[in-house]
Amino acid sequence: MPDTPVLRLTGITKTFPGVRALSEVSLDLYPGTVTALVGENGAGKSTIVKILTGIYRPDAGSLHIDGRETRFASAQDATRAGITAIHQETVLFDELTVAENIFLGHAPRGRWGLIDWPEMRRRAVQILARIDAPLDPSTPLRDLGIASKHLVAIARALSVEARVVIMDEPTAALSQKEIEELYTLIARLKSEGRAILFISHKFDEIFRIADRYAVFRDGAEVGAGMIDDISENDLVRLMVGRDMDRIFPQRSRSLGDEVLRVDGFAHPTEFDGISFSLRRGEILGVYGLVGAGRSELMQALFGITRPSAGTLRIDGRPIRVRAPADAVAHGIVYVPEDRGRQGAIAGLPIYQNVTLPSLERTGWHGILRPRREFDLARTYAERLELRAAALDQDVGTLSGGNQQKVVIAKWLATEPRVIALDEPTKGIDIGSKAAVHAFMADLAAEGLAVIMVSSEIPEIMGMSDRALVMRQGLIVAELAGEALTPEALVRAAAGIGAPGEAAA
Amino acid sequence: MSAALRSREALLVAVIALLLAVIASRFPGFVAPSNLSAVLYDTAPLILLALGQTAVILTRCIDLSVAANLALTGMLCAMLNAAAPGVPVVAILVLAAGMGAVLGAINGILVWKLTIPPIVVTLGTMTVYRGLIFVVSDGAWVNAHEMSAAFTGFPRQAVLGLPVLSWIALAAAALALVAIVRTPLGRALYAVGGNPSAAVYAGIDVGRTQFLAFVLSGTLAGLTGYLWVARYAVAYVDIAAGFELEVVAACVIGGISIAGGAGTVVGTLLGALFLGIVKNALPVVGVSPFWQLAISGAAIVVAVAFNARAQRRRGRIILRRAEAGS
Repeated sequence: MPDTPVLRLTGITKTFPGVRALSEVSLDLYPGTVTALVGENGAGKSTIVKILTGIYRPDAGSLHIDGRETRFASAQDATRAGITAIHQETVLFDELTVAENIFLGHAPRGRWGLIDWPEMRRRAVQILARIDAPLDPSTPLRDLGIASKHLVAIARALSVEARVVIMDEPTAALSQKEIEELYTLIARLKSEGRAILFISHKFDEIFRIADRYAVFRDGAEVGAGMIDDISENDLVRLMVGRDMDRIFPQRSRSLGDEVLRVDGFAHPTEFDGISFSLRRGEILGVYGLVGAGRSELMQALFGITRPSAGTLRIDGRPIRVRAPADAVAHGIVYVPEDRGRQGAIAGLPIYQNVTLPSLERTGWHGILRPRREFDLARTYAERLELRAAALDQDVGTLSGGNQQKVVIAKWLATEPRVIALDEPTKGIDIGSKAAVHAFMADLAAEGLAVIMVSSEIPEIMGMSDRALVMRQGLIVAELAGEALTPEALVRAAAGIGAPGEAAA
Repeated sequence: MSAALRSREALLVAVIALLLAVIASRFPGFVAPSNLSAVLYDTAPLILLALGQTAVILTRCIDLSVAANLALTGMLCAMLNAAAPGVPVVAILVLAAGMGAVLGAINGILVWKLTIPPIVVTLGTMTVYRGLIFVVSDGAWVNAHEMSAAFTGFPRQAVLGLPVLSWIALAAAALALVAIVRTPLGRALYAVGGNPSAAVYAGIDVGRTQFLAFVLSGTLAGLTGYLWVARYAVAYVDIAAGFELEVVAACVIGGISIAGGAGTVVGTLLGALFLGIVKNALPVVGVSPFWQLAISGAAIVVAVAFNARAQRRRGRIILRRAEAGS
């Protein structure tokens, strides 16, 4: 284990108008070492990343590289110092090619300072080969999947000879197989002596690949050390500042009548032969790898896309859903995965976000009645313990967790019969996760039928009464009771009998 | 709406008051009620078109064909009047609005069903509509002596001290205010412009909402077409050439964000009045009309800078204790 840090932050403080985002934070990164940075959402992880990459300048504190004090005046300074970041959502350019993305800003120049294309291509091929990425440098980035985009981002990091690589939740959108490939790559980066800062919410991967840890809470550093010296429970306790012994809520499972029945749903390219039913008070887990067709099925149920065959029944009566408005009218609502893009509407006040699908109910013959909208919004804001100064505040000024509450309030306000939640706890911290889980249990207890799409096995295990597993657009297993085991889920999702996939 | 937008209206009121005060200090006649009424009369077409444009811009679209629509509808109304002077003004009003609606619907359909970018669609239809004026009129003018007295007299008829044209603009503003603040369609305009994919999930048909915004814009442009031709008592190919930019300018100055989803009807009204006052005051103050363009342009740049400032995000709220006070 190397003894001198390549990068050392001490006493970093960053204040935004009226908000202290970081207070006297320290962080050391060592060469050839993976340091896991953990903390709940809003603990200041993103702010520290932005300071490291030169986007924000700290108000106080110092940054040393190889023992020399340094200041980043711009993002270029950070890149020049060998610090590069691979973001949650890759910050690459869809319209440019792989090679252009790798060398953007530092392309090899030929005579007269023009870009030397053959040289750039040659070096791109070299770097891609080094990380075993089967990519053609001249492919436009928009044709690649998320995993391949990550590879491009890593190639970019290598092309600048990065000494510090920051990975901000790199596995959030990857399938299990792609995650394994990423781990291999991280091991390679380590062996090349690069320092890696790894930000993740997933404890299994932190314990698998990290050497060191640092924990942030509410803008302050609350602990750091070697990963071998700490247990998972201790790490969680450090992170949330409380014990998390009971992660999933206890539920009294009393199922009512059948509410929803899907028969033979099919789509030309996305899924086929989908049949299942759902009862009042039931939580139906839908598991599968990313890209198995789960979200696509939900979108078809909700009327975003139209299935080519199949029937949908509510209380035994067939219904037609041609548009989301029809689904809402029949009591089916869908909380999409990408809540930033598909959820809240920044610029509209909170109460208008909440009532958007319920305007027929709050209005009177096509005339809106703001007072009624306020009342409706207040009811659900209180129920979800929304933290906001006022309901006519722009939803864009809320924190991510509270925006999410607004989105959920919006759907509950339609008084649905069936609610489909797509990855309801993706990318949120453990404390908020527990709140979402408790809340889902409440909904089911009130007689709502809940569909929960999730890629997290503990969540499927802990929350569902029954689980469907999808693979390549088909339902490959329906598991309940004794049969619902992590192994069964993984095997079904990966294709039965496929060895080596049960590592999750 | 957010505090930043509310302050935009207050700011505009202050700017307009200051402008009037400065002008009045040298030319007291400018702020006489009769002259202010004349300014409103002169600005009424701009107000009418800017109201429609507001709906369109709120949905992240833009309608560059409004002036061509106005000119085409105006020409058709004038030719109808010249050919059949007996057709009552009420029928012409309905016809003008209907024709404008059809022209607007063409824009809307192209944007909705073919998902062509609105700036391209309306740039195209702008040229087509202008071309059609030439086709129907053969490039000939319709002059005052060919129009009936009822046709030309309608916009300037005084009712309760204001000409009908001014009343129409004020009534349209009031209706637009109610429609945008108090109807589901109005709410949908903001939702579609603010976050189109979230609007889809909320059960709003994005394309249909944009279509309706274009129909509204077209209807107002058509209605204004008749009023414009009747007021100036002349119709020819190039009337209101370039007026679409002044319309967009009124919206932008009024705080309507070109990125969609932000702005108010009151802002648009103030933006149009600001431009109208500048336009009318400059000759009085003795400034060359060329300066008028420069001043309008500068006002737009300042307004856009303000819009950008209002949209700049403050720091993220991370600390718990800061959250409640945000």
